[in-house]
Amino acid sequence: MNKEPILKVNGITKNFGGIQALSNVSFDVHAGEILGIIGPNGSGKTTVVNCITGFVKKSSGHVFFRGKDISRKPPHKIADLGVTRTFQIMRPYYSLPAYKNLVIPLFSPRAKRTGGWRGGGRLGDRNTVGIDILEEIGFERDSYVPYKLAATLPTGYLKRLELARCLALKPEVIICDEIFSGLSMSEIASMVPLIERLQMEGITLIMIEHRLRELFRVTDRIMVLNFGEKLMEGNPKIVMANEEVKAAYFGSQTIQEVMDHA
Amino acid sequence: MTLPSEQQRKERIDRGIKIRCDSIYAIMSHRELSYLALPRLILIAGMLILPFVVPSMYWQRVFTISCIYALLAISFDFLAHYVGLVSLGGAFFVGIGGYLAAIANTSLGLSPWLTVPLASLVGGGLCTLLLLPCLPLRGVYFAIVSLMYPLFMARVIEALDILGGTDGIMGIDSFSNRWVEQYFIICILLLILFGARRLVNMDIGLVLRGVKDNDQAIRASGISVTFYKSVAVFLASAMGCLSGACLVHIYMWSGISLFALDFSIIPIAATVIGGSGTLVGPLLGCLILVPISELLRDFGTLRIVFYALILVAFIIFRSEGIMVYGQRKYHQFERWIKY
Repeated sequence: MNKEPILKVNGITKNFGGIQALSNVSFDVHAGEILGIIGPNGSGKTTVVNCITGFVKKSSGHVFFRGKDISRKPPHKIADLGVTRTFQIMRPYYSLPAYKNLVIPLFSPRAKRTGGWRGGGRLGDRNTVGIDILEEIGFERDSYVPYKLAATLPTGYLKRLELARCLALKPEVIICDEIFSGLSMSEIASMVPLIERLQMEGITLIMIEHRLRELFRVTDRIMVLNFGEKLMEGNPKIVMANEEVKAAYFGSQTIQEVMDHA
Repeated sequence: MTLPSEQQRKERIDRGIKIRCDSIYAIMSHRELSYLALPRLILIAGMLILPFVVPSMYWQRVFTISCIYALLAISFDFLAHYVGLVSLGGAFFVGIGGYLAAIANTSLGLSPWLTVPLASLVGGGLCTLLLLPCLPLRGVYFAIVSLMYPLFMARVIEALDILGGTDGIMGIDSFSNRWVEQYFIICILLLILFGARRLVNMDIGLVLRGVKDNDQAIRASGISVTFYKSVAVFLASAMGCLSGACLVHIYMWSGISLFALDFSIIPIAATVIGGSGTLVGPLLGCLILVPISELLRDFGTLRIVFYALILVAFIIFRSEGIMVYGQRKYHQFERWIKY
């Protein structure tokens, strides 16, 4: 693909004290694709997200969004440009009802500019728009669920609420940090079509996931991280056939195999 | 009435008028209208009638001072409960507002009607500017820094002998008469109380509550946390400066006692007694605490002991505060049921 990538990550490195969480990780994300990022626990997946979205300061390296350097921007500026994220540990406003959780992102400068996910350029009453977005994302409109306090909602709804918070900004890129984890099989089954629909609407997605089977259903391309380094990237089938990935991710069948790769 | 035992628990049921959520009401009849409006009307009427009811000019003055403290308490409650910034800077706000009003009155010759709004706005801006570097702090750290400012300002004025030094600034105009003074402060207080109530339930208020709840999610929503924190600090410090400016015109004197920690501590005590997060609670707390503190003057030095005992009793027996308790009783049925 010779098109300019929408998001270009160029050699980011992150040290936490003496621990190197990321070393020289580079990758491109093209508009409209879904990139999966996998890797064993502690391999730096969430740190990648934090570095791209500005929640953590990079030790070195650059991130370009549509050719523009966003490496030194604060998180709210990056979100304002349209690069949004969900949190692995859900961060709703627990003391507010679910739909009021969306009033806050709808109040942001970006939502005012773009009109939110479903508003046609003009933002009406934020409560109504909030409930509309919740309905689209799987909250039953005529039930009590959208009006319940976020603190009383189960995990499945909270994950959707995380996604809804991103959608309220009418984002160009959503980075989903383990959006499937902690969900039941049926909840995942209803989440997958939602992800596919977002892609069809032209939203670029980066998905960090441990649930490989569901991930492979939606992604075009995956990248494997191990100990803060990029192991490889490419088509899911080719990547998973790679011996090195197998060793890092699933553990090798025998000690001998590990020794071979050492 | 049945006594609680191990087989029983208290069941609480919301009254039928509240449906679905806090912001949607179904108003059908006079009874329901008055259910909502009556408590507010009682408060407004009570505040307006009180100056006539109190026995002497002395107690009228005590009531005015209570209202000044109430402004500070509302400002504290707003910052602490809705923005998550525990501020001990009440004395700082009062001092800045007071001195600004004093300077504007004596040097520029402006009337109290101009100095009060001027001191609130300029003072609010000044306090926000000075507190800006510590806005990333939260909780007890913000409290410590905001406590430092009034101590710092008082010593600076004392040491450099500026702004009248320890003598203070004298010869400040008072309001035209005591009724004007009284009702001006009462009206301002009621306006700010209902204004703050409305603000925290508006969309911008939700953002402020979000800042308290979860500032990472605010950042992820493309909203600047520092901007909204400074907006909140501006509003709260403008309230504080307003009360300081009024105080200076009441006493006709401005001195370093404006930076006394009473202005930081009593509003907090009043908020604890009145119920934090209700905004009207702190007002009631001040109307109780400040007169009690005056009554206890007869006991001389033992005054503080009794004062402390009352506070401790409140915290032990009604730790949630009067208004939280009152609102719960008003909005919910309670009954004992068997398991």
